[in-house]
Amino acid sequence: MRQMKPAHDPAPSRLAYRLNRLMLRPVVRRFLRYGLPVLAVSAGVAFWASDQDRRDGAMDRIAEIRRQIEERPEFMVRLMVVEEATSDVAADIREVLSIDFPVSSFDLDLDGLQEAVEELDAVADASVRIRSGGVLEIEVAERKPAVIWRDGEGLRLLDATGHRVAPVAARTKRPDLPLIAGQGANEAVGEALQLFATAMPIRNRLRGFLRVGERRWDVVLDRDQRIMLPEQDPVTALAKAIQLDVAQDLLERDITVVDFRTPHRPVLRLGLTAMDALYKTAFETETGSQ
Amino acid sequence: MRLLNDLYENQRAMRAMRQAAIQRGVIAVLDVGTSKISCLILKFDGRDRAPQGEGIGAMAGQTRFRVIGAATTRSRGIELGEITAVQETERAIRTAVQAAQKMANCRVDHVIACISGGQPRSYGLAGQVNVTGDVVSETDIGHVLAACDVPDYGAGREVLHAQPVNFALDHRSGLIDPRDQIGQRLACDMHMLTVDTPVIENLIYCLRRCDLELAGLASSAYVSGVAALVEDEQELGAACIDMGGGTTGLSIFMKRHMIYADTVRLGGVHVTQDISKGLRIGMAAAERIKTFNGGVVATGMDDREMIEIGGETGDWEHDRRQVSRAELIGIMRPRVEEILEDVRIRLDAAGFEHLPSQQIVLTGGASQIPGLDTLAPKILGQNVRIGRPLRVHGLPQAATGTGFASAVGLSLFAAHPQDEFWDFEMPSELGAPRSLRRVVNWFASNW
Repeated sequence: MRQMKPAHDPAPSRLAYRLNRLMLRPVVRRFLRYGLPVLAVSAGVAFWASDQDRRDGAMDRIAEIRRQIEERPEFMVRLMVVEEATSDVAADIREVLSIDFPVSSFDLDLDGLQEAVEELDAVADASVRIRSGGVLEIEVAERKPAVIWRDGEGLRLLDATGHRVAPVAARTKRPDLPLIAGQGANEAVGEALQLFATAMPIRNRLRGFLRVGERRWDVVLDRDQRIMLPEQDPVTALAKAIQLDVAQDLLERDITVVDFRTPHRPVLRLGLTAMDALYKTAFETETGSQ
Repeated sequence: MRLLNDLYENQRAMRAMRQAAIQRGVIAVLDVGTSKISCLILKFDGRDRAPQGEGIGAMAGQTRFRVIGAATTRSRGIELGEITAVQETERAIRTAVQAAQKMANCRVDHVIACISGGQPRSYGLAGQVNVTGDVVSETDIGHVLAACDVPDYGAGREVLHAQPVNFALDHRSGLIDPRDQIGQRLACDMHMLTVDTPVIENLIYCLRRCDLELAGLASSAYVSGVAALVEDEQELGAACIDMGGGTTGLSIFMKRHMIYADTVRLGGVHVTQDISKGLRIGMAAAERIKTFNGGVVATGMDDREMIEIGGETGDWEHDRRQVSRAELIGIMRPRVEEILEDVRIRLDAAGFEHLPSQQIVLTGGASQIPGLDTLAPKILGQNVRIGRPLRVHGLPQAATGTGFASAVGLSLFAAHPQDEFWDFEMPSELGAPRSLRRVVNWFASNW
């Protein structure tokens, strides 16, 4: 039997041949391998995303999944621990942060919390972290009060850098701290502390340090005595004054002001009795000589 | 002056295209024959794979390329090496090119093709000029090539090759490269080969229909010789006989130049036709029997060796016929003898017997007939051998047979083409600069 079907022509048709040659172009092959899949996927995504409802639905679903993950018990923070802080500072911190526990750790902005805690006057430094077991741990370094500052409104505790720590009701609450007063005194706390250390021999007579004209210090003693210190190098000047006191009992005498504003030429202002005595002596000498 | 300007320009354009394709790295060679079309894809990657060592000379570009794709398909629509059915041939070319591209996994745009038909005719041209300077310059060579007086090779013919084969300077002849030599009178011999224009045009048309650019054309007799003759034979003189399907090409080489080429319009297909007629079977069956059982020298054994002819007519008696191999040889031998005798006539006409070396190399598909090495010396002379083409890099084992001599030769031709007339600058009197030079001369003489 002869087969009626014509013999198969092995030759490619013109179109097949051209397509075959086209497919052998490196550009076309690269496009088919990389360009076309990317194009198809992006076209599909673009078509899918062209509908607002679908987009919203997807967003909702993503948000839902995200919420589910965030609210897993592993990520929940249930309590806060404030360490190395006195009870009122801890209470302040709790008040400032005011977090409603339990809360997901994803919702806690630790940097923000740290900033908020560090904004408290009494806090010098804080570190905030989430400990395992869902505990928010806040480690606080408190400011150490160094001086009491009397400004127009009342008494405040300042630390060594002049930063406010806390208000204080009365001077007698912290008798161990020096008292400073005057405008701008808080900006020279370091100097005041140096002066306080220098003034150790006359500690029992010391009332406080007064900042004058935001540039120099007066040391105020009881009996309304004061030592006026220069702008430059007040510590040396005070030390000189104290040496004078130790050597000659300067401050025991009836002197109201020891003026050290020009350190090489101290000036004394005498009290009234001393003045009288001086006048009398001068008068007697004068008359006696005549 | 019949070497036409447009031919010069066409050939130069083809040369530029070939160089560009080689620069880009990939070029195809296409042997469009009567019985098969083979396509090789060559990759020029700038690497020279020449083996290093003693006794290895210049490799003439044979090591600069690698065959990365090869395909062969049955030829259709071609008779006597000429395209008779353009669309059929186009399909066959598409098949071959696509298969080769698939193997090479790369696309080719430029092909170098060879022509076996078209009744090639050889002309020996001679010309001489006076050397302009003290030494022969490249311009002088262009001049002397242009000065060759071209015979009237007839309308409808196209120059396929125009190769300078010999230069003579004054009384010294046999110069290969006369450049920079001192002398007054430069003469040259040029070998010109013309073929029928329609044959070339049909081939170009087919290739263009396949989206391929023609980057070179060569005569298949010439490229077979390039591939099948060894270096010594090319140097000392030899004839290469490319026994193809539809035509048998012959080319004579001397001093590495082709000095003569011709075609006998008989080939293996005619042998098949004889078998088909003699045994009253189809061409396909005849081809099969020829391939498996063919021969040209009968022995006593062949009388007893019976060949089943086969058939599909449904007539039992007809389909069960047997023929002895001696009978088959009896059919084939006269035709092969006729071909070889025709070749002998052409060789005699070309004056082959005057050549110092009488070496004859048979190649091409039809040279695989068993016994041809016994028959051929009786007709052609004692120095006959069957020549396989040169082995080039990457050539598949299936394409190393004698039938691929022209394909391999084409790739050698692509890698290392011989100088042709159009490789030299045309003298300015021939081309457009002529009028400009006249203007310059006029200015020079009048101002």
